[in-house]
Amino acid sequence: MMRDWFKSGQPWIWMTASTVSVSLILVFGLILLIAVRGMSHFWPKELVEFSYTERSGQASTLVAEVHDTESVAAERLRDAGFKLTGDQAFYTRMLLKTGNRDIGGQDFRWIVDQRVLQRSRPENLVAIERREWGNFYGYPQSIKEKGQVIVDGEAVALELAKRLSRVLDIYKQIHKVEKGTIGAINYGMERLRLKQRRLELDGDDTAANLQMIEQQRAHYQREYNALQTKLTALYDDTNRDVLIATIANGQVVEIPLAKMVRVYYPNRMSLSEKTGFYIAKVWEFVSDGPREANTEGGVFPAIFGTVMMVLIMSVMVTPFGVVAAVYLREYAKQGVLTRIIRIAVNNLAGVPSIVYGVFGLGFFVYFLGGNIDALFYAEAAPAPTFGTPGILWSSLTLAILTVPVVIVATEEGLSRIPKSIREGSLALGATKAETLWRTVLPMASPAIMTGLILAIARAAGEVAPLMLVGVVKLAPSLPLDTNMPYLHLDRKFMHLGFHIYDVGFQSPNVEAARPLVYATALLLVAVIVVLNLSAIAIRNHLREKYRALEQ
Amino acid sequence: MGNQETPTHGIDISSLGRSEAGVDLQTNKICMEAKNLNLFYGEKQALYDIGLKIPKQKVTAFIGPSGCGKSTLLRCMNRMNDLVDNVRIEGQLLLDEHNIYDKSVDVAELRRRVGMVFQKPNPFPKSIYENAAYGLRLQGINDRRTLDDVVERALKRAALWDEVRDRLHDNALGLSGGQQQRLVIARAVAIEPEVLLLDEPASALDPISTLKIEELIYELKNKYTIVIVTHNMQQAARVSDCTVFMYMGKLIEFGDTNQLFTNPTEKQTEDYITGRYG
Repeated sequence: MMRDWFKSGQPWIWMTASTVSVSLILVFGLILLIAVRGMSHFWPKELVEFSYTERSGQASTLVAEVHDTESVAAERLRDAGFKLTGDQAFYTRMLLKTGNRDIGGQDFRWIVDQRVLQRSRPENLVAIERREWGNFYGYPQSIKEKGQVIVDGEAVALELAKRLSRVLDIYKQIHKVEKGTIGAINYGMERLRLKQRRLELDGDDTAANLQMIEQQRAHYQREYNALQTKLTALYDDTNRDVLIATIANGQVVEIPLAKMVRVYYPNRMSLSEKTGFYIAKVWEFVSDGPREANTEGGVFPAIFGTVMMVLIMSVMVTPFGVVAAVYLREYAKQGVLTRIIRIAVNNLAGVPSIVYGVFGLGFFVYFLGGNIDALFYAEAAPAPTFGTPGILWSSLTLAILTVPVVIVATEEGLSRIPKSIREGSLALGATKAETLWRTVLPMASPAIMTGLILAIARAAGEVAPLMLVGVVKLAPSLPLDTNMPYLHLDRKFMHLGFHIYDVGFQSPNVEAARPLVYATALLLVAVIVVLNLSAIAIRNHLREKYRALEQ
Repeated sequence: MGNQETPTHGIDISSLGRSEAGVDLQTNKICMEAKNLNLFYGEKQALYDIGLKIPKQKVTAFIGPSGCGKSTLLRCMNRMNDLVDNVRIEGQLLLDEHNIYDKSVDVAELRRRVGMVFQKPNPFPKSIYENAAYGLRLQGINDRRTLDDVVERALKRAALWDEVRDRLHDNALGLSGGQQQRLVIARAVAIEPEVLLLDEPASALDPISTLKIEELIYELKNKYTIVIVTHNMQQAARVSDCTVFMYMGKLIEFGDTNQLFTNPTEKQTEDYITGRYG
């Protein structure tokens, strides 16, 4: 009976099927874990006021979000100097986000459950996201305008929201002027400086030329001065209002509205308000720049950098890989040498990626970039233009990393084109090159796209080599903007993969950054999925167009 | 019709609508001529000392059992064998008295003059229009009106125009097998070749399509010299003016179709066409 079952081949089917199931469960479990950990971070947490006894025996109160609870062995707590009552083997302790880093010195602390005397959730507890020093938690008291108290008591909440939205509007204007107009002026000034230096190097620095530059510079300066006055006025305006609040231990603090990003009362929010808050936070995460050493704000520059680098890489790797594959498959004499080259190409895909990073740094950045600087950007010396890590070199390094994949896939595709199609073209008087260009390559394009899809999947997740050739923790400007020549291939950029590493392991505030690691990881996976899906859509379209192969 | 393998002795040739006069190779103009042609695939010899004259604007059929070298000989005539590795050709093959294996010959130019249609329809995965215009585009002709004219003329000549005139820009792969084969013929005649080589053009088609292709060959011979390889002796008898019988890489008999089918001079030819072997 059992023997028949074995003979029937059923056990093999079950074994293979269960392997597939386990793999699927692992993949989906992983994504689920990342999604839950990452996305729950943006949900507003309730604020709890704890009164508890310090280790010294003194009573104190604090306001905090409960982030985590765990049980610890009594032994460990006693070793740490806690006096515990009772003789349990394990005690629970909580990880609290206490905020108010400017006052308490730290954002997070652990407290042991047993020492908590009382907990409550007062409705008028306010949470304020600030531009610096993390969150503020406390009780709002009154609002001052130019030193005069305007409102106090219950009316503060409404007035605060109104005045904050005014300040945020002003901030938007300031941002626009600083990043947009003044950014453009600075860029123009820098180009003038380089132009003047160029003239000096070429010996063209005649009085007329210099005067022209001086005129332009004066023009920029006038514009700049005007904007500067405007900015000063705007900044003064933001400093008009100040919130007076008390923290848990009764201390009174003043918080200028200019320093606030968002104000909310978590203990009195309804579910729909919380949902709205959640959506706003998620949107901020994907559309804004980072604040506070990447632990607050969003990751938009990193998304942008990742996508742009992958696109530039695709543009470079496709022609290169296709041309190489065409030579190997169509023109090279098939012999020992081509076989060795093929083996070498395949092995290239297995070289550790950091090695490519080192190669990119040595060859692209220092050798190529250095020479380009010497030839074309002498006026910028000693500051390097291309002789320093940047998005171009990152893309090129990844292109080399992924070119074997494209070569192999393209060769596969070329070998699948029926001989009869080639003969048909040749019989009409086409040369081999014309046949390739007009018929064979279009028909092989789905296979080329398959290669590109694999290349993208590999490149988008790669971090190690990028750390050497162009990725930074915080890039001041995007590689694509409105200043001529719009595309700045020499700039450094941010990358989601590196962002995960940086936030997770280089952050000064590890507890605050941990959920962001998950959220960023989820986003990276999503970006790669989107890039791949679009490539797959293009491939399917091409396949539909050249479906002769399936016949 | 045409596909059943009955003994062919005594085919009623008078019903074929072919010129009754026969072909006199002494007086008819010669289009292509093979002189002492030998072909080797590596060590193996595939063609032995072929000597042959292809008359101008006539249909010449190559018949013989499988593997006798008739397709190989046909593919020599527009140098398709160049694509095969390790092939070596000795002797001469003249087109208008110039050796096409001469070093100075531009192969692409030669193939423009000697077009070819293959056994299986092989349209490109493009529109019907682009298939027919392919050869012209290769020559750098991209003028819309010229292309329109030539495409229409070629499709009409291949008796396909009425069937596809409303869907010229549809994918050619949507056509039936017979239509595809006529499209391939249209593609070949669009560039006005002098010679048209047909390598078993109807063997993958149904009887109706086969009939259409045969009618087409009959029409086309007014303009082109046609060489056709066929397995089907009735087809050879129906469409050709001259017939070449080959066996084991050697040319056995070559002459006017009427004469070869009714009164072969060689014993081997008679054995083959009466179905005794092959």
